[in-house]
Amino acid sequence: MMHILPSEITPAQTYFDRRKFIGAAGALALSGLLPASAAAQSLIARKSPLSVLETPTPRDDIVNYGNFLEFASDKHGHVERSKLMAVRPWTVTVEGLVAKPRRFAIEDLLKLPLEERIYRHRCVEGWSMVVPWVGFPLSALLNQVEPLGNAKYVEFISHVDPAIMPNVRRQLLDWPYLEGLRMDEALHPLTLIAVGLYGEVLPKPNGAPLRLVVPWKYGYKSAKSIVSIRLVEHPPNTVWMKAVPDEYGFYANVNPGVDHPRWSQAKERRIGEFFKRTTLPFNGYADQVASLYAGMDLRKFF
Amino acid sequence: MSISNGQLAAIKVALFLLCLLPLAWLGWGAWQDALGPNPIETIQRDLGIWTLNLLVATLCVTPLRRMSGWAWLGRLRRMIGLFAFFYALLHFLGYVWLDQFFDWNAIAKDIFKRPFITVGFAAFVLLIPLAATSNRFAIKRLGGRRWQTLHRAVYPIAIFGVIHYWWLVKRDVATPALYALAVLFLLGLRALWREQERREQLAGKYAPQQPPRLRSRIIPIVSRRD
Repeated sequence: MMHILPSEITPAQTYFDRRKFIGAAGALALSGLLPASAAAQSLIARKSPLSVLETPTPRDDIVNYGNFLEFASDKHGHVERSKLMAVRPWTVTVEGLVAKPRRFAIEDLLKLPLEERIYRHRCVEGWSMVVPWVGFPLSALLNQVEPLGNAKYVEFISHVDPAIMPNVRRQLLDWPYLEGLRMDEALHPLTLIAVGLYGEVLPKPNGAPLRLVVPWKYGYKSAKSIVSIRLVEHPPNTVWMKAVPDEYGFYANVNPGVDHPRWSQAKERRIGEFFKRTTLPFNGYADQVASLYAGMDLRKFF
Repeated sequence: MSISNGQLAAIKVALFLLCLLPLAWLGWGAWQDALGPNPIETIQRDLGIWTLNLLVATLCVTPLRRMSGWAWLGRLRRMIGLFAFFYALLHFLGYVWLDQFFDWNAIAKDIFKRPFITVGFAAFVLLIPLAATSNRFAIKRLGGRRWQTLHRAVYPIAIFGVIHYWWLVKRDVATPALYALAVLFLLGLRALWREQERREQLAGKYAPQQPPRLRSRIIPIVSRRD
């Protein structure tokens, strides 16, 4: 007869939880692998003629300075806290007034033809950067779902997780973060879905795994960590319009001639420079986008 | 607790060095290029925050002295107040030099058009006469009572400073709200004490020994017949 020591008998609870244990072990192994591989994962992207010829801001500054309001109210608190955000698996639904609503896995989006686009980025607070994004035009995504004729606007909804986002728990804004574009703005060739930065997958502080980039608008329009894109008939009530309607409008086009109610927008501080620069209308993209707003009073539609 | 002059001098030296720490920290950070991607913003924010911290500290002196009975605390206030002015001055110079780079046109526009700058500038201007009269000679020249009235300007200055901070943040007013609470509490405490004193006075606690003599004329109603 075999002798089995009591210490060798698996406790009943552990036995019953064995699947959980295996799952946890697997997740642990994956989590050990993924961030390392994700951090190093470089993207193949062709250079875009839509890039500006200015020197990109150093990667460290782009990653460590910015607003990710779900995580922090200052310019750097989000860097540590966003590390807790799981960006795999990740799916984005594209739905609403479309013929073929779809759910995309991030892996599929990374297989789309990617471009490197070096864009100016101007924050409504008065600072700016030059960012080498990697991504694809939003139109490439929207065309796959076949927008219907009555789709006039596109809204973007960001990931929300109170467990890891202190300002979501505090209800600093009416979460989730929701932004919107007019259909013609959304289909404009400059409007980008970014999945990368400096040739690698997008870092979490910058809105991993995918974000919107609309370079002629103030940064807050460019929603981060998007989980849902909806095509709708009426103008979306954006998160900032709900919070402070007299300060943050739907259009948010960069405009040195229309001040924020509390500060001037005439100049900006480019990160890394001492002297302020003059802010350009439409952030320097007027040639490409000013026609979208022909005949509109930009003071009224700020 | 009363302390010797030597002890007070030692405390003053320690406090002086302590008040210089935030500036040393910024100086070191600037030297080491460790002030983050937007160093000018960091410098301006820290100088502003330390101005507010020191203003709140000066407002704490009287309540602490009253509650602890340590009279010597009052003798630290001038230094704290002057440091508050020193940081406000650096904050202002930082705005003129680092932020606006002597663009006087933009500065004038800011001061007149941007309420948060208007109120911050007002607080700074109000601090100047206080700093200028923070010496024995000025107290003698003005007389204690007038000097004290002038230096009560620190109450609106602290309020303006908090409003300046409140109005500049984009969304999250949690930190300015903390300063607002601190200032309201410290000013409220003074109002409360003043009210208590007034009541005690009415109740006769501070009444002079001799009641004031009533000097009224008696008007005869009925003329006396002789």
